[in-house]
Amino acid sequence: MATEKKTIELDGLEQFRENLDLKLQDKHNENLTTLNLGPTHPATHGIFQNILQMDGEKIVDAVPTIGYIHRAFEKIAERRAFYQITPLTDRMNYCSAPINNMGYLMSVEKLLGITVPKRAQYIRVIMMELARISDHLICNSILGVDSGAFTGFLYVMQEREHIYDIYEEVCGARLTTNMGRIGGMERDLSPKALHLIGEFLNRFPKVWAEFEKMLTRNRIFIDRTTDVGAISAERALSYGFTGPNLRATGVDYDVRVMNPYSSYEDFDFEIPVGSKGDTYDRYLVRNEEVWQSLKIIEQAYKNLPEGSFHADAPHYYLPPKQEVYRNMEALIYHFKIVMGEIDAPVSEVYHSVEGGNGELGFYLISDGGRTPYRLHFRRPCFIYYQAYTEMIKGGQLADAILTLSSLNVIAGELDA
Amino acid sequence: MELTNENVLGKIIEQFGEENIWDAVNPDGIMTFQTNRATIHELIKYLRDDKELQISFLTTMCGIHYPEQKDRELCMMYQLHSLRHNYRLRIKVYFPISDPVMPTMTDLYAAANWMEREAYDFYGVIFTGHPNLIRILNVEDMEYHPMLKQYPLEDQTREDKVNTFFGR
Repeated sequence: MATEKKTIELDGLEQFRENLDLKLQDKHNENLTTLNLGPTHPATHGIFQNILQMDGEKIVDAVPTIGYIHRAFEKIAERRAFYQITPLTDRMNYCSAPINNMGYLMSVEKLLGITVPKRAQYIRVIMMELARISDHLICNSILGVDSGAFTGFLYVMQEREHIYDIYEEVCGARLTTNMGRIGGMERDLSPKALHLIGEFLNRFPKVWAEFEKMLTRNRIFIDRTTDVGAISAERALSYGFTGPNLRATGVDYDVRVMNPYSSYEDFDFEIPVGSKGDTYDRYLVRNEEVWQSLKIIEQAYKNLPEGSFHADAPHYYLPPKQEVYRNMEALIYHFKIVMGEIDAPVSEVYHSVEGGNGELGFYLISDGGRTPYRLHFRRPCFIYYQAYTEMIKGGQLADAILTLSSLNVIAGELDA
Repeated sequence: MELTNENVLGKIIEQFGEENIWDAVNPDGIMTFQTNRATIHELIKYLRDDKELQISFLTTMCGIHYPEQKDRELCMMYQLHSLRHNYRLRIKVYFPISDPVMPTMTDLYAAANWMEREAYDFYGVIFTGHPNLIRILNVEDMEYHPMLKQYPLEDQTREDKVNTFFGR
């Protein structure tokens, strides 16, 4: 059987080379140029390669290659205890790590049947929406950079630092946050964290309004982005688009509204949609989502319920450290949790959250052991990036760069 | 029509027969059932095109490996979503690892292209009719399919590595 498998392998490799050659030879013609866009081109904002076939400035064909930072998270997760997988999820969409953390934690809680108290849910909502703001802020300001407006990027980057300060106050880390624990948050919001969030809510609207003023009605920006990288709603659905990229085509699918989690049903917000699905629409949708996220944070901040910041689940949630030193039961629980010896039911769950780029899903199969039997991440970037070739064909090279940044492809999430 | 697990399952069984649809369970609110390789393509096409169901969004698909199960070692899981009715559905197909062949869904969903390449890359599932079935995340000349359970992760306690090579 082994030899048989090997031939299949080699066929695959040869086929790959043949396909590539055919694709490039087919259109062989002295007017065409082959151009390597990436893997480490500064304008791709991540490590992915596209071999482009160019007719002057026009893209005739493209062959994408991905996997440059594949770290086999799905495989590693099969060896790790449930609580040790959260740090892996940080490293998928590192622009909005808390959303990934919370999404994973919520899937485990769904598996274990833990109900998280309202206060923890609201804290999670605040953190997730801050993460969404920082994600969209990067995407839209990078879009500005790629179309020649560097100032806005540096200006809003300062606000991302302030968001990271809030993360730091809540969980101690800035980029790869590992925020939250199975059953709630690791600690309550400190007075300083609350103060920082309050300050952010006061300061950020002005900054964002100014950023919008620079780009939204800017003639050059509109000319550069309208009808660039457009995709129809029908094609987008077939390609499995979700999130802002799908909403830009006019489909109002948002996981937060369709399948509310973590008390999203308590908040009043709108889903912005576009109409043409081009780069400008994606920019507008993300911009508006930032405003909606601010609205959600404001509501959660004002109505933050009293109560515990974690569920009463001693089997899964670490006891306070001082208890561990004094109390026998706490010591046992501490030991069992740290060693990963918690009992998980034999079951399978799928839970999805609205990530920065769309429906971020976690499909978890548990066989009752200390690790997941199988953990599959539904990574929105991986699924929609395959449409990129179709979206850039026939356009200019400079437009391909704009399309890539407006799709907000994050290499970490793409390759997992 | 409001979609519920009962009426969707009833409709599917009516269309494809009980011998092709079996073992429907509901582990997490998403109905999960099994079907066979001969039915899966027709089934997903039917779910997509049926006017009442409109289960026409391929959320995700992935392979699973159960080395203990004789002749049912590999599994493909398809998860579909009806955005119109907000109804989710999960379909599983088990097949032997000695014959890891599945029909492709690329003609139904453009999104299936890379998902199937991922399943091929990780588990070695061959999708017949796939336009470009090559590895996607791992290097092309890799000689095995790393997500199969017989390949363990590197032993954390191994001592044959020279640490200075790894900056440790």
